[in-house]
Amino acid sequence: MKNYIYKIVFLFFLITSKSFALVTVDITRGNLDPLPVAISNFYFDINIDSNLKKTNIENKIPEIVQNNLTRSGLFFALDKKSFIQKPEVAHNKPRFEDWSFIKAQVLVTGKISLEKDGRLKVEFKLWDVVSATELSALAFYTAPDNWRRVAHLISDKIYERLTGEKGYFDTRIIYVAETGPKVNRKKRLAVMDQDGFGVKYLTLGNEIVLTPRFSPTNQLVTYMSYYKNLPRVYLLNIETGLQDLVGDFPGMTFAPRFSSDGKKIIMSFAQEGNSDIYTMDIKTRVVEKLTDHPSIDTSPSYSPDGAQIAFNSDRSGFQQIYTMKSDGTNVKRISFGDGLYGTPVWSPRGDLIAFTKLYRNKFYIGVMRSDGSGERLLTENYYQEAPSWAPNGRVLIFYRETASDTAGRGGGAKLWSIDLTGYNERLILTETDASDPSWSGLLSAK
Amino acid sequence: MLRNKLNKIILALVMTLFLGACATQQKATTPSPAPSLGSTDDAYTGTETVKFLADGVPDRVFFATNKSDLTTAASATLAKQATYLKANPTLNVVLEGHADERGTREYNLALGERRATAAKNYLISNGIAANRIKVISYGKEKPVNPASNALAWSQNRRAVTVKTN
Repeated sequence: MKNYIYKIVFLFFLITSKSFALVTVDITRGNLDPLPVAISNFYFDINIDSNLKKTNIENKIPEIVQNNLTRSGLFFALDKKSFIQKPEVAHNKPRFEDWSFIKAQVLVTGKISLEKDGRLKVEFKLWDVVSATELSALAFYTAPDNWRRVAHLISDKIYERLTGEKGYFDTRIIYVAETGPKVNRKKRLAVMDQDGFGVKYLTLGNEIVLTPRFSPTNQLVTYMSYYKNLPRVYLLNIETGLQDLVGDFPGMTFAPRFSSDGKKIIMSFAQEGNSDIYTMDIKTRVVEKLTDHPSIDTSPSYSPDGAQIAFNSDRSGFQQIYTMKSDGTNVKRISFGDGLYGTPVWSPRGDLIAFTKLYRNKFYIGVMRSDGSGERLLTENYYQEAPSWAPNGRVLIFYRETASDTAGRGGGAKLWSIDLTGYNERLILTETDASDPSWSGLLSAK
Repeated sequence: MLRNKLNKIILALVMTLFLGACATQQKATTPSPAPSLGSTDDAYTGTETVKFLADGVPDRVFFATNKSDLTTAASATLAKQATYLKANPTLNVVLEGHADERGTREYNLALGERRATAAKNYLISNGIAANRIKVISYGKEKPVNPASNALAWSQNRRAVTVKTN
């Protein structure tokens, strides 16, 4: 667990970009025309020791970068077999004609060396092949074990440089790993890198755990557990493993989520057949009741500025999405389309609310503006719900279930992601079935 | 005779309460028409999956899609449970509320709690002390029938009375 505190220092050691690059990627439209990018293998500096050479990370780091960029749907990685220049030559003086010959518009190169203090130094350069210029060059210093994270940081830098938006590759996903038959499903908390690597199971599966959510600012997670058969909201530090009950409620607490500054937990408390929305300040433990209505009020989500809360209520008779001020006043219904609406989640950019919709026996993941206008359905399926935003607000992760036969076979849950544009829907591979994903903030921003 | 009459009066009272609750909800309703969500009378009426607390006392009641009001059959079952609990005054129970898999997880947790509470309130109004009844919601986490079809979903929309001692 201690290893989670990666100590990565990175600094700009060359800033040669003149910021009038010809290549840019427009990520606001569905990208049917991904940018062709050549990602060269990196090379080892001569001082590298033989143990490190065996790790093969000079090929693995660019491979991770390539996978990240490709999965974003915005980039198309050219086949390495077509590369003419050797990694070392390309890194130091790329012959741009060679790269434009294979239709590359940008080129990524890199070098790996070892510092005297034992840290790994990974340099990378991003080249604009079209205008024959260097767009950026960075070096990352880290413990050799951390090479995978360096690959994610490099991916973010490339994404940022070419799209003008923050990346989301140096992030993790917390989710519920599911195993066993449907009538007796074993559920464990699990966390993995955004690309599915390095999965760690955080609970043993002795009790049902549901709806884990990352704090947007640190390594805390809030989730619901049936520990001792008392369904309650917990706060878990995934670095230390320490956990705490959230509040002292005489009944079920559920649907927890952090405020965007990470200081409060907002959740539902059910009592006497009625669920209302409460907050608890993590430091002072002060509890506040925000809604007081005989209907079900649940699935609350703060706006990024903390001023408003979106939530799910059936006060109209059916599940719909509402917003209110963070003090509980000014409640407004915002979903008016046909069907039922649930799980509103405010985008980290503040402009959109993602939701789940049930209409004519199909489930949809969609987005609407925070006043309810501009509803857009991104994906339709037999069952899917619980979208969670990537920290840059461009990608959603959610889970999808398949129907089971009369013996209960075939029903399973998997994680999927989709771009805000409705394009680039992708299955995220997990060791087990998986549900209730929640995307962390950028780890490097901590 | 008298007990029967009392039961009827209490039932009537409970019904009025429910109707009252409905009325207030109606007022809040915006003009948009109620979405079609499967029929409102799709509560399971069969006996598969049903267990018994004692001879002739079924352990569970079923609900229509998205509903938590007690059907006539559910009330009849709960009346039997109340009689049984009165005859066994040291017995305590937990009411487990469940939902089908065709809804969002968090809403289903709330719905399960609302269903279990509806059953609990019926028992209380039939003279069972509140401190003998606990409520827990499992939402859609513990289906009794794992199939993905209307029959399974109707069997899973349930409140089950479980003895705790």
